[in-house]
Amino acid sequence: MSEKKKDELLHDHNHDGIDRRGFLKCMAWAGTGAFCVMKGGVLKSYSLSRISEISTSDMMGELSFVQISDSHMGFNKPANPDVAGTLKAAVDKINALSRAPEFMLHTGDISHLSKPEEFDTVDQILKSATSKDVFYVPGEHDVLNDDGKQFLERYGTGSKGGGWYSFAKKGVHFIGLVNVMNLKAGGLGTLGHEQLEWVEDDVKHLKESTPIVVFAHIPLWSVYPEWGWGTEDSAQALAYLKKFGSVTVLNGHIHQTMQKVEGNVTFHTAASTAFPQPQPGKADSPGPMKVPAEQLKSVLGITNVNYVQGQHALAVVDSTLA
Amino acid sequence: MSLLQDWEQRFCSVWEHSAFTFGPAALTVPVGTTVTWINKDDIPHTVVSTDDPKAFKSKVLDTDEKFSFTFSKPGTFPYFCSIHPKMTGKVIVQ
Repeated sequence: MSEKKKDELLHDHNHDGIDRRGFLKCMAWAGTGAFCVMKGGVLKSYSLSRISEISTSDMMGELSFVQISDSHMGFNKPANPDVAGTLKAAVDKINALSRAPEFMLHTGDISHLSKPEEFDTVDQILKSATSKDVFYVPGEHDVLNDDGKQFLERYGTGSKGGGWYSFAKKGVHFIGLVNVMNLKAGGLGTLGHEQLEWVEDDVKHLKESTPIVVFAHIPLWSVYPEWGWGTEDSAQALAYLKKFGSVTVLNGHIHQTMQKVEGNVTFHTAASTAFPQPQPGKADSPGPMKVPAEQLKSVLGITNVNYVQGQHALAVVDSTLA
Repeated sequence: MSLLQDWEQRFCSVWEHSAFTFGPAALTVPVGTTVTWINKDDIPHTVVSTDDPKAFKSKVLDTDEKFSFTFSKPGTFPYFCSIHPKMTGKVIVQ
């Protein structure tokens, strides 16, 4: 085997087992396809192109799943006149993964206008993915006209209140939250009192060593409030998760990948499978961003997540459709 | 009867919203005016009164779709887009 490009970063300045400088370096690489795995507080990073050289025990986890987001089925403007085609390309990408994900998370804006045929088309396309189980949370585009009634009928079996729920897979606890209902004028995403109380109760009896994955449409951290990219009352939800050693938050809504680490919490947003949006403040508004047609697939993508039992954090890897 | 029609024609305000804003953000009109919003963005928007009970509420408007409301009472009527709540505006009826 040829030499591996492997960095071990061992500076523990904050004495919390997390090498921030190394992690930030890794975050910068993540845009070009880096695979970061935390093992016992030490960060190891691998270039995605060398992923085949990584030992199975390093890379393979007990659990592997994919996050897709913002398929906006029904959108047909110049930024992407064929969102069904790019969603199919995302499914092809998923099906080409060397290890088939056990299930998928869709972090919302499944449809563009909450039309039944739009949801039907997404269901149809996702049927051809290797992972048959898909867990959904709604985006604001999925609950138009009927306060989410249609969404709940389609995807809300077993959910509480406005569609929140939790489930466990291989010892990892997943929490699906809804922060796109009852939006107030001038406001951000909102979880609401009832849902927050449910979160507190849901995690009360879990051991601190249980890895937690929270998924919701609008980011649960303040990415860019001017554009509504944040959730007003997410701090309360995160407070209920403070005791856990590993919390991964997966969001969508902003149509670009972004990461942030805060203590034990890793925040991550996924790219859209439909169209990109501008970086915070880099345009007048957060609307669909047109790119040359040949570049479109390079700004759309999927997120692959691996969990290795006993490790602190989940390995979150973004890849584009190009 | 014809006076009413003239009134509507002369004071029918049509304004567009584009790039995630209502333009103008504040519109002042006389009582009886029909205001029509046209979505000029490439993303859907709604027009929803923030009063309780809501004075008006549009369905989802895709690009080039319209919503009209006749303001038959004086007052200030704030509203927002329920999909993009940072988009706010108001109609002042005098």
